[in-house]
Amino acid sequence: MPDLMLKGEAIKLGDNISTDLIIPGRYAHLRSNLPQLAKHALEDADPTFVSRVKPGDFLVAGKNFGLGSSREHAPVVIKMAGISAILAKSAARIFFRNAINQGMPVLLCDTDKISDGDQLEIDLSHGAVTNLTSGAKLSCSKIPPLMSAILGEGGLIPYIQKHKDFVITKH
Amino acid sequence: MGKTLAEKILTARAKTDARAGDIVVANVDLAFVQDTTGPLTVGQFEESGFRKVAEPQNVVIFLDHAAPSPARQLSNDHMLLRRFAQKTSCHIYEVGDGVCHQLVAERFARPGDIIVGSDSHTVTAGALGAFATGMGSSDVAVALALGKTWFRVPETFFINLKGVFSTGVYAKDLILYLIGQLGADGATYKALEFGGEALAHIAVPERLTIANMAVEAGAKVGLFPSDEATQEFLAGQNRSDSYRPLYPDADAHYERLISLNMAELEPMASFPHTVDNAFPVSMARGIKIQQVFIGTCTNGRLEDLAVATSILQGKKRSPDTRLLVAPASRQVLTQAIDNGYIETLIEAGAVILPPGCAACLGLHQGVLGDGEVCLSTANRNFKGRMGNPEAMIYLASPATAAASAIRGEITDPREIM
Repeated sequence: MPDLMLKGEAIKLGDNISTDLIIPGRYAHLRSNLPQLAKHALEDADPTFVSRVKPGDFLVAGKNFGLGSSREHAPVVIKMAGISAILAKSAARIFFRNAINQGMPVLLCDTDKISDGDQLEIDLSHGAVTNLTSGAKLSCSKIPPLMSAILGEGGLIPYIQKHKDFVITKH
Repeated sequence: MGKTLAEKILTARAKTDARAGDIVVANVDLAFVQDTTGPLTVGQFEESGFRKVAEPQNVVIFLDHAAPSPARQLSNDHMLLRRFAQKTSCHIYEVGDGVCHQLVAERFARPGDIIVGSDSHTVTAGALGAFATGMGSSDVAVALALGKTWFRVPETFFINLKGVFSTGVYAKDLILYLIGQLGADGATYKALEFGGEALAHIAVPERLTIANMAVEAGAKVGLFPSDEATQEFLAGQNRSDSYRPLYPDADAHYERLISLNMAELEPMASFPHTVDNAFPVSMARGIKIQQVFIGTCTNGRLEDLAVATSILQGKKRSPDTRLLVAPASRQVLTQAIDNGYIETLIEAGAVILPPGCAACLGLHQGVLGDGEVCLSTANRNFKGRMGNPEAMIYLASPATAAASAIRGEITDPREIM
């Protein structure tokens, strides 16, 4: 179960950060060596990312974060680099599902109100983000209950290990 | 209220009244992985303590992305996948058999099926009326173990196709135009459903090109109805038994209706570095290119090679431009040899690569140099895609690619045809 209250610093990126920018195909030979692969996280989007990221930081992006490939290595390397949550205006479908499956919260909100280096506080249970630097409060779009449950167990594999099946509540 | 194609398929397979917005669980008819996402899937599967694949006859492993392998680590990944296939009795397609999505279309996909693959271009099989979508390694690992997965039933954009293509315009131009109109996130989480009077003139190979790129507008699936064209394609693959007609209801609810007159389209190109950066190819006229790549799950089919061959017949590539051709499958390669296409392409100066993903994703077989420009028939031109973030990629049809290879610069194919 991830912490419901998170605090950390924003690392800001732009729009349309593709999975090729998150972890390029040219490093496919490292995909079975995830710690090595993670050293190249976001290398083509922000070459300073790996050296400046601190455990607990948030990745804050614009629209359509994670577009492209289904490689789940993308959220895996972001998580291994130390990121505790991703905030974006919008996220590509497969990336969004992969991140939740890896126990990585993805919050969709107006990230224009966050600057690089801002201190943020995230209340996961209410989907609320407070920018402690500017004082701005941001609300995030809700995710389906099944995805909340998967996130709550720390990802899809622990969820299935616990429940043995998908538990759907008809709404 | 009637149902869209997506709602119809999910209703039938999830055995519930599936409506846009619902969350449903459905058995999968086919689950597959490829060699760059498969090792993580196998790792997740084994770490979870799963011992058995629920339906091994419905599971396929493809070695296509790094094939033949350019590095020992990738060779070891291939070994891991071969061992997993043997242990679990799943099918495996070897190096040189072809791109997963082409093989799924040739051999597996049936109208009404649910297909999940750990590759974003799994949407390709929507051309045959299958609800086919890309997922990550965890989702596919669970689908292997349980034989099912969950879906949010998507809202649908209906693309009403009218008219016929004019000379030099192809399915690739249509989908690049549409993605340019929708934007790279314009259809995120949605189904794109293609219909209209023009469908009768759009054969399955062209539908595969269109469905393949649905994900480039963010869509979950790109669906075509199953009609006479589908029946003809399946008969050609000796799979007539797989055919069944499948249409949306006349009173289905669509979130958006988009009309597209194919006669008004012209050859298109996606400019670096996003697919939705699409403009008429005439706007890129004269841009020097060092490499042309014809192939991939988007445009590596026999019909694509036929178009390229007809333009390159009796001509040579520019001495300043490499011409790489990768047939999408062993079947495509064999037929292209029988039809004389391969001989013509080689005489025109092409390098024939083995069936597989080849240069598409920057692993091998055509990595670009610093500052180089490539015109590719693939589906992505993201920065770094072909192995070098300092290179530039334009996307276009096989006709535009062939015409441009002759001139060594981006060329409207109508100038040469």
